[in-house]
Amino acid sequence: MSVEIEKNLKLSVAPEMPAHLETSTLEGRNKILGLWFFLGAEVVMFACMFGVYLALRNSTAGGPTTQDLYEIPLVAIMTTILLVSSLTSVLGIHEMRKGNFRGVQLWFGVTVLLGAAFLSLEIYEFFHYVDMGHTFTSSAFGTAFYTLVGTHGAHVLFGVLWISGLLYNTRKEGLTDFTAPKFYVASLYWHFIDVVWVFIFTVVYLMGMVG
Amino acid sequence: MATFLVVAVFIAFIALIFTGGYNSDFLDRARKTKIWDWITTVDHKKIGILYIASGGLFFIFAGVEAALMRIQLLFPNFDFIGGATFNQLLTMHGTTMIFLVAMPVLIGFMNVVVPLQIGARDVAFPFLNALGFWLFFAGALLFHCSILFGGMPDSGWTSYVPISLNDYSQGPGVDYYTVGLQIAGLGTIAGAVNFLVTIINMRAPGMTLLRMPMFTWTTLVTSALLIFAIPPLTVALFLLMFDRLFGGNFFNVAAGGDVVIWQHLFWIFGHPEVYIVILPAFGMISEVISTFSKKRLFGYTSMVFATVLIGFVGFMVWAHHMFTVGLGPMANSIFAVATMTVAVPTGIKVFNWLFTMWGGRLKFTTAMIWAVAFIPTFVMGGVTGVMLGTAPADYQFHDTYFVVAHFHYVLIGGTVFGIFAAIYYWWPKMFGRKLNEKIGKWHFWPFFIGFHLTFFPQHFLGLFGMPRRVFTYESTPMVDMINFISTIGVIGMTIGSLAFFYNIYVTTRYGQLAEADPWDGRTLEWSIPSPPPNYNFAQIPLVRGLDAFWLEKMAGKKEMIPSEPLQPIHMPSSSHIQLIISLGFFMSGFGFVFRGFELGALGLAIAFFGMFMRSFDKDRGYYIPKEELENVEKGA
Ligand code: HEM
Ligand SMILES: [Cu+2]
Repeated sequence: MSVEIEKNLKLSVAPEMPAHLETSTLEGRNKILGLWFFLGAEVVMFACMFGVYLALRNSTAGGPTTQDLYEIPLVAIMTTILLVSSLTSVLGIHEMRKGNFRGVQLWFGVTVLLGAAFLSLEIYEFFHYVDMGHTFTSSAFGTAFYTLVGTHGAHVLFGVLWISGLLYNTRKEGLTDFTAPKFYVASLYWHFIDVVWVFIFTVVYLMGMVG
Repeated sequence: MATFLVVAVFIAFIALIFTGGYNSDFLDRARKTKIWDWITTVDHKKIGILYIASGGLFFIFAGVEAALMRIQLLFPNFDFIGGATFNQLLTMHGTTMIFLVAMPVLIGFMNVVVPLQIGARDVAFPFLNALGFWLFFAGALLFHCSILFGGMPDSGWTSYVPISLNDYSQGPGVDYYTVGLQIAGLGTIAGAVNFLVTIINMRAPGMTLLRMPMFTWTTLVTSALLIFAIPPLTVALFLLMFDRLFGGNFFNVAAGGDVVIWQHLFWIFGHPEVYIVILPAFGMISEVISTFSKKRLFGYTSMVFATVLIGFVGFMVWAHHMFTVGLGPMANSIFAVATMTVAVPTGIKVFNWLFTMWGGRLKFTTAMIWAVAFIPTFVMGGVTGVMLGTAPADYQFHDTYFVVAHFHYVLIGGTVFGIFAAIYYWWPKMFGRKLNEKIGKWHFWPFFIGFHLTFFPQHFLGLFGMPRRVFTYESTPMVDMINFISTIGVIGMTIGSLAFFYNIYVTTRYGQLAEADPWDGRTLEWSIPSPPPNYNFAQIPLVRGLDAFWLEKMAGKKEMIPSEPLQPIHMPSSSHIQLIISLGFFMSGFGFVFRGFELGALGLAIAFFGMFMRSFDKDRGYYIPKEELENVEKGA
């Protein structure tokens, strides 16, 4: 390691802490690997739901079609919000590496707020669709749409609650080799939700525009 | 709904009486009991035993269901239980045997054995592991509540739509199926994640991947299969649940739904599932055969390779269950070829077992007899499997008794024989007593003969055209006789099973105490006392090759070389939060089954509350001091 990097490392890490706090214990490494496997299962789950949606998206049973419903501006705003929230969680992890707990709280707090904003817009969107006659029971397309997008929404909700709980939970303890993996794992989960949304944006909304 | 509230209030009232006002030391006393110790345990060995014991319990249920069905089929036009009950028993039997017997017993053995085989003190996620068991148990219990409340599911273990939709299967039966399996499936995922991380991160020094015992390898691959196979089932069950409970239209053709979606999702899960229940059995008999042949497993590396390959190809053959649906000649051909390629790695395994025995010093203990019986029986199932995989021929075989014969040869002749071998092999390690070898023979022979008597003739029954899943048949010359013989065989299997349970009783009461290494074993679990102390290894061993313990014994040592000095050992604290979470899911499941959505939501809230409780838990376990360890080790 060159001297310069070494110096930078020393600067950025609080004196007594290892460079990667989240992987400094076996427990932490286990947690992170375990979450990756869990996400593997989630990928398969969402893949199946995408498959079902693609099979049924034109089965509108006379109700509104994808072209009638989707409005890109709203969805684009939602996408932006979620992407930014992913970025803020990265910033949170960045602060964690620096050993700055205040920063972690700040950026994860912003992540939670953005998640909540996303959810509100999604709820608004759903109400709007229901007004247009596109409901869970109106057609096979309706059922598939709300199942796929709704499951993603439920994941966002869980993530919001999870990270809020984590922030509340660690407010006194600060960053330790016990809490750091928890933040890291939560941020991984959050990125995953974001990636799924990118696919929803593409497969459901963009492809829905062209029919 | 009202009844539930009344019951809930009543339970709360009773609980208050016992815990609070009238008997304030009840909780304290409860904490000291053995039962409390077992239900709050996070020790992988105890959790494994809980899994195996519940599997044993459900084995009795499902066995009785099977016997009742066979009696109904004893004579043509027989009226014993009738069609409606037959359909329910058929569904319960299949679902229970696969999800609540084969899987938990196998997962139970993984729990007990794998950490010992890799030289670990514990699993990666002790709490999650306990939660996995209790979720499984909650789901299983909910599923079995259908016997008492509201009627059992009746559309087969595959629950094909549309016969599993409200129009054709009224009452809550199928809801028990969807919700119960959903909860159990959640537990299985938790268990699988735990094994993957344990095996990858927590092996003893020197235990490289290619030094892992075969059972550990099959556990690794099986866990990976679980991770990727359970989610399609979860999705399928969600779709069915949404259609049945919330008026969804996935399978409602009038609203644009598509019934074939169910079949795809179910079999994308279903075929990997059959490997999930056979791969661990492969691992088990590999251990048994190698130990009792006094030889290293022949072709170990090719065995590992074959296991991984089977796991991989297992995901690409699901449509062989759907040849007659009409996917077209192209799809059928591709899936037929893919199906037949599975026979190649399977064949590699069979020859490896044979060559392991070849020239070995064979010892036919009961465990070994089961393992040896496995080989030809399973091969017959594999051969009929390849026949079924021949798409054009399958048009003839499909949905006849030929399929029934096939999967019982692989599931009983494979999985169940493997499990019995494992039980006789690892029982001394789990309980410190050897199962009785003589009664073991009484277990084996009637069961083995009875099994072949029941299922071998069913091949011909199928070729003569008898469809599966029918509750009776018209009198036809050969068909009558074969059905009769088939039912007689059940007597043999019953005698064998009774001998087995009697054996457990006798062994537990009077059994001969087992030493640490009763079979002259090869792997690490035999290097520690039987039963092992709760920290497994006082000092983590250093592994110097495949069959680590055998190597040390051949080098003239009695014990493994430790890789660390004796030092205080960190242990996880036991916990009751997994019970709260599982209870929450159970309540919620009950709510959904009976369309009491308030109760459903309340249960889910309790479950999530439990998860947050766990997240707030600051208990990071405790240490066993060095002095205590020294005392124990001296005593041993
Ligand atoms: C060489 C390996 C195997 C091949 C080629 C094979 C092939 C097949 C085929 C083509 C079917 C569909 C028959 C039909 O419905 O028309 C089938 C059914 C079945 N197989 Fe196998 N199989 C193999 C091994 C196994 C193993 C190892 C197990 C379980 C331990 C198993 C369990 C089952 C079950 C449970 C069914 C029936 C499912 C149902 O419809 O209820 N098979 N097999
Ligand atoms: Cu299959």
